[in-house]
Amino acid sequence: MAEDILHEVTQNEYKYGFTSDIETDIIPIGLNEEVIRLISSKKNEPEWMLDFRLKAYRHWLTQEIPQWAHLEIPKIDYQSIAYYAAPRKNAPKSLDEVDPELLKTFDKLGIPLEEQKALSGMAVDAVMDSVSVKTTFKENLAELGIIFCSFSEAVEHHPDLVKKYMSSVVPYTDNFFATLNCAVFSDGSFVYIPKGVRCPMELSTYFRINSLNTGQFERTLIIADEDSYVSYLEGCTAPMRDENQLHAAIVEIVVMKNAEVKYSTVQNWYPGDKNGKGGIFNFVTKRGICKGENSKISWTQVETGSAITWKYPSCILLGDNSSAEFYSVAVTNHYQQADTGTKMLHIGKNTRSHILSKGISAGYSQNSYRGLVKVNPAAQNARNFSQCDSLLLSDKCGAHTFPYMEVNNDSSVVEHEATTSKISEDQIFYCNQRGISTEDAIGLIVNGYAKEVLNKLPMEFAVEAQKLLQITLEGSVG
Amino acid sequence: MLEIKNLHASINGKEILKGLSLTVRPGEIHAIMGPNGAGKSTLSSVLTGNPVFDVTHGEITFYGKNLLELTPEHRANEGIFLSFQYPVEIPGVSMVNFMRTAINEQRKYRKLPPISSTDFLRLMREKKELVEMDNKLTNRSVNEGFSGGEKKKNEIFQMAMLEPRLAILDETDSGLDIDALRIVANGVNRLKNPENAAIVITHYQRLLDYIIPDFVHVLYDGRIVKSGTKELAFELEEKGYDWIKREVEEE
Repeated sequence: MAEDILHEVTQNEYKYGFTSDIETDIIPIGLNEEVIRLISSKKNEPEWMLDFRLKAYRHWLTQEIPQWAHLEIPKIDYQSIAYYAAPRKNAPKSLDEVDPELLKTFDKLGIPLEEQKALSGMAVDAVMDSVSVKTTFKENLAELGIIFCSFSEAVEHHPDLVKKYMSSVVPYTDNFFATLNCAVFSDGSFVYIPKGVRCPMELSTYFRINSLNTGQFERTLIIADEDSYVSYLEGCTAPMRDENQLHAAIVEIVVMKNAEVKYSTVQNWYPGDKNGKGGIFNFVTKRGICKGENSKISWTQVETGSAITWKYPSCILLGDNSSAEFYSVAVTNHYQQADTGTKMLHIGKNTRSHILSKGISAGYSQNSYRGLVKVNPAAQNARNFSQCDSLLLSDKCGAHTFPYMEVNNDSSVVEHEATTSKISEDQIFYCNQRGISTEDAIGLIVNGYAKEVLNKLPMEFAVEAQKLLQITLEGSVG
Repeated sequence: MLEIKNLHASINGKEILKGLSLTVRPGEIHAIMGPNGAGKSTLSSVLTGNPVFDVTHGEITFYGKNLLELTPEHRANEGIFLSFQYPVEIPGVSMVNFMRTAINEQRKYRKLPPISSTDFLRLMREKKELVEMDNKLTNRSVNEGFSGGEKKKNEIFQMAMLEPRLAILDETDSGLDIDALRIVANGVNRLKNPENAAIVITHYQRLLDYIIPDFVHVLYDGRIVKSGTKELAFELEEKGYDWIKREVEEE
C-alpha cells in the first residue's frame, strides 16, 4: 500500500518534463568569437552590443570556474553546448501568429498567455529557449509609461536605457558565469517603471528550456525610477533529459529614490531523476542596487528545481535609509545540490537588511546557505538581522550554513540566528493518528516551516509554491 | 466493536504483549491498569498502528475489519482516536490548519465534501467550550509551548472535534492537577454516548473517580491477568499490584 503511493509519486515527480515538438532554429554547438558574432547578427544587434559581448568573451577566456561553493560540479564542456535556439517563427505580432505548438506548451505549463487568462492579474513575458515568445499587456502598460518587453526589443527601441544600466550592477567581469552570460546571452526581460508610477499589475517572466543540448542564458534588467513600485515574478521549467543542461542568467535591478522592487522567483528547473541523472545546472547572478534614499529591494525565492543551484541574490545598499530583504526557501531532494544565499552590502547610512533563509533537505541532497553581510565604514547605524534555518528529512542529506560577516562600523548592529531541525517519526505518527497521511503530514510540516517566506509571495504564486514544495518532497521521508 | 485475540507484539525483537485478548462493545468504558512496563502504552500504540511495534501473532478486528491491515491514518479515519501520553509539538503548523486537515481527511474517507469555513469555525468554538480551552491555544502551532496540562486538554479537544467511535486515553491523567483532571474527565464524559466506547489506560485509580469504567482490567507482563468492575480499581489502589503478580506466578 505505502509502496504503491511511493511508486506513484516517484513516477509523477516532475510534471513539467515534457518536450514540445516545435520547429527550432538552433546554431551548431561550440563557443568562439564566430558564434558570438552569429548570435549578435541573428538578433540584428547594434555594434555596441557586439563589442560588449566580445569584450566579455575575451575576459571569460581568462576566467576559471569558482570552486568555493559547497558543490560537486562535474566538468562542463562549453564546446558541446549550443548557445542559441529559437522557435522558428519569429516575433509574432499577435497571439494568432504564435506557433500553436508553443501555445500548447505554455498552456500545459499553466502560463496565462492568452489575454483573457492574463486578465486575471498579470502581464507575462514568456521566454522559450533563447528568445522571448510573447509579452502580454505591453500596450496597457505603455499608457502608464511602463516599459515591459523582451531584452532584444529593449536593445532595439530603448538603447539609451539599456546602455546606461546594463552591466551597471553586475559588471561583465563579475564572475565566470556572469561573464559567460554577457558574451552569449540570448534574450530576457526588460522593465522600466517611470517616476511616480506604481505598476498596477504583477509583471511576470516565464522561462522554458526546450531544445536538447542548449544552454539558456537570459538576462533581466529592471529599473524602478524615483517613487515607483513594481512587483516582478519569475518562473522556470525544463523538460526531463538525461543530459545536464546549463542555465546561467543575470538579473540586475536598479532602484532609485523612494522606489521599491519586489522580485519573486519560483525556480523549478528539472532537478534530475531520483538517481541524480540529468537536471539543470543553475548558475545565476542576481543583484540589485538601492541607489537612492529610502529605496527598497525585496528578493523572495522558492528554489525547488535544478540539479545544482548556485545563486546569491544580493543587494547593494547605497542610498541612505535604504533597505533590503531576502526571503528564501530552498528544497533539495534525491541528489540535488544547492549553494544559495545572499549578500547584503551596507554602504549608505541607516541602511537595513533582513535575511530569512529556510533550507529543506531530503534524500541524499546537499543544501547550503551562504551569506555575506558587509558593513562599510561609512554605513552609520546599519542594521542586519539574519535567520537561517535548516530542516532535515533524511539521515543521508546535508545542511550547511556559511554566514560571513564583515563589520567595519561600530554603530551598526548585525545579528545572526540559526536552527537545525528534523521531522521526527513521532510527528508523522501523530499526524497519521489524526487521519492525515504521511505525504500530507510532510506537506503540512514543510509548509508550516516555510510559511514565513511563502507569505511574502504574491497570492497566485504562494499557492503554486506550496504545492510545489509538497510535490518536490513526496516520498522523501523514511 | 473491538475484538483483540491473543495479541503478541514486540519492539526491536523484544516481546511486550504476550497473548492479550479484549472485547469492547459500544457504550462501554474499559479501564486498563497495571504496573510500569506491563505493556499498557504498547497496547495503545499497536491499536493505532505505530510502525515502531511489530505484531507477531494474534488478531484485532474493529467492526469486523482487520485492523492490522490498515495504515494508521485509515484506522484513525475508521474512528479510532488516541489521546497521546506525550503529545508532540509540530512547529509552524497552526492548530486550526491541523484540525481542519484532519477533519477533511476524515470527511474525504467518508466521501463527504470538505467542511465549510463557517461550519468549521462553529465546530471549533463549540468544542473549545466543552474542554474549557483557551482561544489563544488554538491560534498557536500544534502543542508548541503548551504546558503539560494544556497538551492533555488539547488532546481531548481534538477528540471532541473528531468524534471517534473508539477513544484510547493513554495516561491522560499523568501530569494533571486536580482542576485540569476534572476538566479533562468532564470532556470525556460529555462526549460519551451509547454508540462509542473508550479504553482508559491509567496508573492510578484517581482518574476513575471522574470517569466511571464499566470494566477494569489488570495488564501484567503483556497479558490481561484479571478483569472486574470498578471495585477492582479500588482494591488495586489499596493493595497495590504485588498480590496480582503473586497470583500470576502461582498459576
